[in-house]
Amino acid sequence: MASRRVNEDLPIIARFEVRHRNYLASDGSIQRPLPAFASDAKLLVALYRSMVLLRLFDRKAVALQRTGRLGTYAVSLGQEAVSVGIASAMREEDVLLPSYRDNGALLWRGVKPEEILLFWGGDERGNQFSGPPHDFPFCVPVGSQAPHAAGVAYALKLRKERRVAVCLFGDGATSKGDVYEAMNFAGVHRLPLVFVVANNQWAISVPLRLQTACETLAQKAIAAGFVGEQVDGSDVVAMRAAAEEAIAAARDGNGPRLIEAVTYRLGDHTTSDDAARYRAAEEVQARWKEEPLARLRAYLVAQKMWTKADEEQLAAECHERVEAAAERYLATPARRPESMFDHLYAELPDAYAAQRRELAGEHDA
Amino acid sequence: MPEATLVEAINLALGRAMQDDPDVVVLGEDVGVNGGVFRATAGLQKRFGPERVLDTPLAELLISGLCVGMAAQGLKPIGEIQFMGFIYPCLDQLVNHASRLRNRTQGRLTCPMVLRTPHGAGIRAPEHHSESTEAMLAHIPGLRVIMPSSPKRAYGLLLAAIRDPDPVVFLEPTRLYRAAKGEVEDNGEALPLDVAFVLREGRDLTLISWGAMLKETMAAADALSAEGIAAEVIDLAALKPYDEDTVLGSVAKTGRCVIVHEAARTGGFGAEIAADIAERRLSSLLAPVARVTGYDTVVPMARLEQYYIPSVERIMTAARKVCQFS
Repeated sequence: MASRRVNEDLPIIARFEVRHRNYLASDGSIQRPLPAFASDAKLLVALYRSMVLLRLFDRKAVALQRTGRLGTYAVSLGQEAVSVGIASAMREEDVLLPSYRDNGALLWRGVKPEEILLFWGGDERGNQFSGPPHDFPFCVPVGSQAPHAAGVAYALKLRKERRVAVCLFGDGATSKGDVYEAMNFAGVHRLPLVFVVANNQWAISVPLRLQTACETLAQKAIAAGFVGEQVDGSDVVAMRAAAEEAIAAARDGNGPRLIEAVTYRLGDHTTSDDAARYRAAEEVQARWKEEPLARLRAYLVAQKMWTKADEEQLAAECHERVEAAAERYLATPARRPESMFDHLYAELPDAYAAQRRELAGEHDA
Repeated sequence: MPEATLVEAINLALGRAMQDDPDVVVLGEDVGVNGGVFRATAGLQKRFGPERVLDTPLAELLISGLCVGMAAQGLKPIGEIQFMGFIYPCLDQLVNHASRLRNRTQGRLTCPMVLRTPHGAGIRAPEHHSESTEAMLAHIPGLRVIMPSSPKRAYGLLLAAIRDPDPVVFLEPTRLYRAAKGEVEDNGEALPLDVAFVLREGRDLTLISWGAMLKETMAAADALSAEGIAAEVIDLAALKPYDEDTVLGSVAKTGRCVIVHEAARTGGFGAEIAADIAERRLSSLLAPVARVTGYDTVVPMARLEQYYIPSVERIMTAARKVCQFS
């Protein structure tokens, strides 16, 4: 930590605090009274089912990539509670601005698994998905979607709509000006906007201590004039509760919030990465004890909300769903080459019509 | 018909667009109470309120990124970047997002935004205020790049840019902001976005230019006419996409062409036009295509900028040479 020595003779003019939220310990035991929604067994089971589906979907996507049938892919392994917990607290009309690792949020919001595979398989039609039509597609340039979220939230506020924008990114993104500029603007205009940073400790090979000297990433909100909260990102109950509170506050006109989800990337950065090059196996091993699925399952089993038979049935269901999605993806033929011109402009300018004809194999007279 | 300067014509178009369409919002640094450093947005905040005419924090990347988010939600944002020298933080947003949002979502989300910025040298401004880097913007697929050269065209083209369903970078010739004056009727009529304007007809030579350089180019055409050379002058106005038909048609008629731009020579937009002419009208050419451009130097500060901007004399020398060729 950087030096914090201060001149104690000077008066204090402001104080700030950052709170941490956690309900379920890693063994599934209860740390503090659960939020109201946790009495809804159906909801907790739905959260669990979504996280299991995401994990199996990831496994299938990696298998497809390893066998040359999918492009580079970013797994959510270890972080399932973040995007699932957040998305579960959103309404259909709210606007999601995801990063490239937020498959769980898209699936929760109705994007089909085969559409996600289509995108990572190199087909733009994957972004023309079945989820809410106003949601943004995955953002690949890190943090560059944060200013979009501020623009979206400004539009919602200008039109006095009771909708909220939710922007997800990783710890690396908090080092970028994009994210700070967006947070700063959101604070000035008290926008209906929730920022969520999935702090998975690693930006590819660069550890958090080389991104920032701050004790928390949540405190980055303080400089922008709003509340930042740190949440146990492996506890889906905590993620859902934090998201519910932040989204409700934003919807009621109380401005933005930042949620720092402390989590861990158990897998490689993407299928093109080999984390063993920069990360000790012991560190990863230790983090497996924290992972979100086992934690919620332990709680559900202890509460008699979940049985071994349920687990087996869910695994079979998810397996079937993922296999069927993969088959539909693999059966989708590529578009015609000249279609790369189709959505370049609302109407293709004459200047590029000849290029399109050339690609289509048509010859000018 | 009432007269207006180029910057007043911009102001009229902005006011007209905001009045006609409640989705139009103006945002940028100092665009509100101050009316913009060149007064392009003067009076707009008073008329339309601070929610639609918005003073942003001092962050250019943010301005362009806000426009993308607003546009995706159906607003029609018009962002102002105070000088072209400050537009570069916006390139990430223009290249990675604004220009491709429609394509990457296959039409599900679109980006009807305009990013306005002053362009070029010649007003004795401080360092970083005099760039003309339009070619790097014209290189971006999915974008439109527009540059007017008169109050009337500034008015009509800006209205067209605002109404266009795709992202437009609108470059405003700084040294014409107040120097160019002409009749402008505030009638809400837009001009076509991808059509070049023939400012003067002639049979001997085609002069092609855009933005502030039309001033020197027209002066050169006048002087050449006294020497018996009838020059056709084309204001390209739209760089992306540019109107090849008008350019190639004129060259087919004259057989001789000089392209004039303020930007540095290497990789300038003149090279693109010259290459198209060579590829498609070689048999019409009676002389090699010539370029009169800024030098491949950093734009000099005030004391030397007059030597950097192509002069009437340099244009005439090139025109004579092209006309005397064989």
